[in-house]
Amino acid sequence: MQSKGNNYSKSDLHSFLGNHHSRNAVIQNQLSQGKEGGICCEDRPNIYCHGKNHKDAASVRATHPIPAACGIYYFEVKIVSKGRDGYMGIGLSAQGVNMNRLPGWDKHSYGYHGDDGHSFCSSGTGQPYGPTFTTGDVIGCCVNLINNTCFYTKNGISLGVAFTDLPPNLYPTVGLQTPGEIVDANFGQQPFVFDIEDYMSEWRAKIHGMIARFPIGERLGEWQAVLQNMVSTYLVHHGYCATATAFARATETLIQEDQTSIKNRQRIQKLVLAGRVGEAIEATQQLYPGLLEHNSNLLFMLKCRQFVEMVNGTDSEVRCFSVRSPKSQDSYPGSPSLSPRHGATNPHLHSAGADSPTCSNGVTPPNKNKSHNKYPGVSSASSSSSSSPSSVNYSESNSTDSTKSQPHSGTSNQETRCVASDSEMEIEAEHYTNGVAENSSTRIMNGTYKHQEILQAEDGSLGNGVAEDSCASRQLCGGNQAATERMIQFGRELQGLNEQLCREYGKNATHKKMLQDAFSLLAYSDPWNCPVGQQLDPMQRENICSALNSAILESQNLPKQPPLMLAVGQATECVQLMARVRSGSCSFARVDSFLH
Amino acid sequence: MQEVTATSRHYVDRLFHPDPQKVLQGVIDMKNAVIGNNKQKANLIVLGAVPRLLYLLQQGLSSSELRTECVVVLGSLAMGTENNIKSLVDCHIIPALLQGLVCPDLVFIEACLRCLRTVFISPVTPVQLLYTDPTVIPHLMSLLSRSPRTQDYITQIFSHCCKSPEHQTVLFNHGAIQNIAPMLISLSYKVRMQALKCFSVLAYENTQVSMTLVNVLVDGDLLSQVFVRMLQRNLPIEMQLTAAKCLTYMCRAGAIRTDDRCIVLKTLPCLVRMCSKERLLEERVEGAETLAYLMEPDVELQRIASVTDHLVAMLADYFKYPSSVSAITDIKRLDHDLKHAHELRQAAFKLYASLGSNDEDIRKKITETENMMDRIVSGLSESSIKVRLAAVRCLHSLSRSVQQLRTSFHDHAVWKPLMKLLQNAPDEVLVMASSTLCNLLLEFSPSKEPILESGVVELLCSLTQSDSPALRVNGIWALMNMAFQADQKVKGEIVRALGTEQLFRLLSDPDTNVLMKTLGLLRNLLSTRPHIDQIMSSHGKQIMQAVTLILEGEHSIEVKEQTLCILANIADGNTAKELIMTNDDILQKIKYYMGHSNAKLQLAATFCISNLIWNEEGSCQERQDKLRELGFVDILHKLTQALDPNLCERAKTAMQHYLA
Repeated sequence: MQSKGNNYSKSDLHSFLGNHHSRNAVIQNQLSQGKEGGICCEDRPNIYCHGKNHKDAASVRATHPIPAACGIYYFEVKIVSKGRDGYMGIGLSAQGVNMNRLPGWDKHSYGYHGDDGHSFCSSGTGQPYGPTFTTGDVIGCCVNLINNTCFYTKNGISLGVAFTDLPPNLYPTVGLQTPGEIVDANFGQQPFVFDIEDYMSEWRAKIHGMIARFPIGERLGEWQAVLQNMVSTYLVHHGYCATATAFARATETLIQEDQTSIKNRQRIQKLVLAGRVGEAIEATQQLYPGLLEHNSNLLFMLKCRQFVEMVNGTDSEVRCFSVRSPKSQDSYPGSPSLSPRHGATNPHLHSAGADSPTCSNGVTPPNKNKSHNKYPGVSSASSSSSSSPSSVNYSESNSTDSTKSQPHSGTSNQETRCVASDSEMEIEAEHYTNGVAENSSTRIMNGTYKHQEILQAEDGSLGNGVAEDSCASRQLCGGNQAATERMIQFGRELQGLNEQLCREYGKNATHKKMLQDAFSLLAYSDPWNCPVGQQLDPMQRENICSALNSAILESQNLPKQPPLMLAVGQATECVQLMARVRSGSCSFARVDSFLH
Repeated sequence: MQEVTATSRHYVDRLFHPDPQKVLQGVIDMKNAVIGNNKQKANLIVLGAVPRLLYLLQQGLSSSELRTECVVVLGSLAMGTENNIKSLVDCHIIPALLQGLVCPDLVFIEACLRCLRTVFISPVTPVQLLYTDPTVIPHLMSLLSRSPRTQDYITQIFSHCCKSPEHQTVLFNHGAIQNIAPMLISLSYKVRMQALKCFSVLAYENTQVSMTLVNVLVDGDLLSQVFVRMLQRNLPIEMQLTAAKCLTYMCRAGAIRTDDRCIVLKTLPCLVRMCSKERLLEERVEGAETLAYLMEPDVELQRIASVTDHLVAMLADYFKYPSSVSAITDIKRLDHDLKHAHELRQAAFKLYASLGSNDEDIRKKITETENMMDRIVSGLSESSIKVRLAAVRCLHSLSRSVQQLRTSFHDHAVWKPLMKLLQNAPDEVLVMASSTLCNLLLEFSPSKEPILESGVVELLCSLTQSDSPALRVNGIWALMNMAFQADQKVKGEIVRALGTEQLFRLLSDPDTNVLMKTLGLLRNLLSTRPHIDQIMSSHGKQIMQAVTLILEGEHSIEVKEQTLCILANIADGNTAKELIMTNDDILQKIKYYMGHSNAKLQLAATFCISNLIWNEEGSCQERQDKLRELGFVDILHKLTQALDPNLCERAKTAMQHYLA
């Protein structure tokens, strides 16, 4: 059954062990070969030994070192047979340690040996540590990367700390010496005998407690003011005018922005969220002249959205044709307001770190998130990968993946919102455009409203439209012929705008894609149930809404991102930094576990 | 002071106002005045506020608001010093409050329960007061479902008032388990915790409760699973520790097997963690004591615990309080350390005792722990009786090791403090100490000599006169060990000191153990021929009498066997032989036992005869003839055909002497 002598193939060795397992990291790992003699493997994931004396000792070790960011690392080894003398060592070793020896004998090598139960800490002489182990026993080795210690378990019982001050980048290692020794390693493919989850829960609680009880000492008063300011600015940012005012009154703080301005923004946001993008553009142009003219990207995005909403039948340009004006698409299931969902969003923020443990897909290097990072231009934004924050809203909705997982895509769009707006704004700041607004808004510019009137008069009607008629069958542009014609005309205008932008700034892949996706809707008889139908989801309005909001705020010399979000981003970044500097505790200090 | 009393007086006066509205306002003002003010509380009590409040409380005419406020004030008064509680109890507050529980108003009931809780958790309140009225417990049980607050208060009352097996039974019979079990999954942590505490008190050393608990289901889960979930490491320590206690008590009562996963992989490791340096001193004490209790009867658990998280070394830290650091840096810390130092030491000794009670390797590990023997030696002479007792228990556990007796026990002269401890100690310490001494007096123990020289005989003899059977056994056992292969001088001293009268009193002791060890002592005394002859010459008559008495009495096989062995020893003497040969009654008895159905007794009796007919120079012919006359030869013949090889062999040897 076992192959004899020295002839074993290396590929066999690599095939026999599965993954490193720990709660936070799933990293491919295998035990790699030791020396030419002695060790070979069977079909079963065992390690088998032929040696006779200490010169015949040989170790196998995992193909990857233990990642620091996993916090707590654990593996178990079952002694299938103790062979002749049971001279087995289980432990850790650094790269470059001689593999012809049992773990623990050499520098940067640590082991627990079965014959005498001693622990070997980079030394030929062991220290009395635990019981001996033999056939049938399951020995576990746990590396705690928070305090850099290691303890072993025997048959599910913790034997206490064996090593302290461990260096980083150790490899799980098993060494055998006498003939017939067979062991079987478990990196989590099977359930562990020791309750490692329970151990980790203790450390998670410890670290959470440490953070929660972080002493603030004398600065208690200061903190109070900072927190109030954070709440206040957050409310203002999102235009929760009444709440912000009430909060300011209760805490006796001041609001930077004046009421009218907040209400205006709120009004515009509501329009966008209700799918009435045309009106939103119009209101923006009235209230913030020059804003969109200087921000052609944003304008283009808005127009694209407007087109989508026309298809949807929600935009006022097509609604005016319809007898039954409000559309089902208006309805926001659950909450109609733009309320950011932190609990859901933050795991995604986390995942931006390349070496962050949860990182399940490549995503983006974290520094792209930085708010002060200026991108040279549009090209950079469009060149980044599809899941990059700077490639903004529509990329998300286009991917076929996201259509499959509707509930997720909604939230992930929300999350990219605040980050995405940064880069867009930066981009626009460098480019200059004019004439765009007139071009597309001639038809709309018929209003003679005063700002205040807009606010009062239409607030109610906005609300009404929402709930009503949500199960009525959906038809293109509300099923109205005139509206459809108007939509097609608008589409042509949009195409024109795109061409104009191309002439002025060169080709823009993002714009092109956006436009294509929007137009694709027309290719299907039922746009709501087509591969690009995701765009029609009211959730998709949130990104453009927040982009617009941020642009307005910035034009008023106000922060385009609320300090609260900045703080969350900073904390997230900090945890990622901890991961990079190999601080084990980072895996238990998740920002999202503090956001409820 | 005068002024304070004056204002207090004013508060009390207002309770007597004719207008009920004014009285209510008065009570509310009083409530606000006493909160956190111990002096004010004392004043009001002295000025007689309590009886008036109780009157208002019990008055049917009082509004429910007034009555509630009265209870709140009383509860506040109870929060003060122990003297306050005493005064309240003396004013019969308990029956008044219990009476109040009959009222339908939940707010009022909760106030009453809160106040009762405060009174009952005080150590000065006699817990019996809860049980005097038999309707109280059932009523409390029925109130458990009213609100989380009633659950919290009532379980606290139960936990503190359940101090004896009788109390456990009362609560059990009124359905405590069924009523409290659902609270273990309450949303409120407080309620969960109090319910858990209540179970730990109910299950302690109570088989009936434990056996019931193990079958209780809470929301589809077995109670033991619920407890195991409460052992999770991220939960508060208090909860982990109390859940571990519940499981420990259930295990000790036999409701959970000692090899069950929930004991081996959950409860035991949790208790070991409670002993770690990171825990508070109180938690470490409780953890160690509970762990000691858990594994006391089970060697496998002892073995597992001995390798878990370096427990043996971890316990050494229990002896380092107050630490030198605490003395210098922080007077508060020093005070705290000092308070717990005794508790820590006794807990560690208990746990060591439990760990080392069966396994030789563990004992070795313990004695090799830093300064362990020195610590035991100094523990034996500590002022705290608890520490002395635990230390001697630990020593006793370790004294079961032959190797340790030969080495560390001798090196550290443990017999010295042990002897000192034996001089005047309470019985429980004496039992342990004398039991340890028994082991130290084993013939291979190097401590035996110095102990003998220290005049231990008198002490042991006085122990044999104790009222406690355990002490009598240990006393006589030690003497027995001492007499084993001892020289004439020691034996003489034992006989002299004990006195024949006491010896024979012990031979009629109601405790079989005492009787067995006394016979053992006699047997050890009657060994080697010169000793036999000498003792029999001086005490022969009484000994023969005693032997006859025992052989005629209703005794176990073991006792009779031991007695026959004594006769065999006597028969081995030169002059002592005659005492048997001239006693036909005894010879008939020996004959009877040679034909007994029990092979052991047959063997012992044959031994005796064999000694009598032993062919040496002198008068053996005469004896042989007499025995032949009595028909012993025929019996021996028969016995040579016996099934038991030993008996057969012995009979054959005896026959050979006849032939010679």
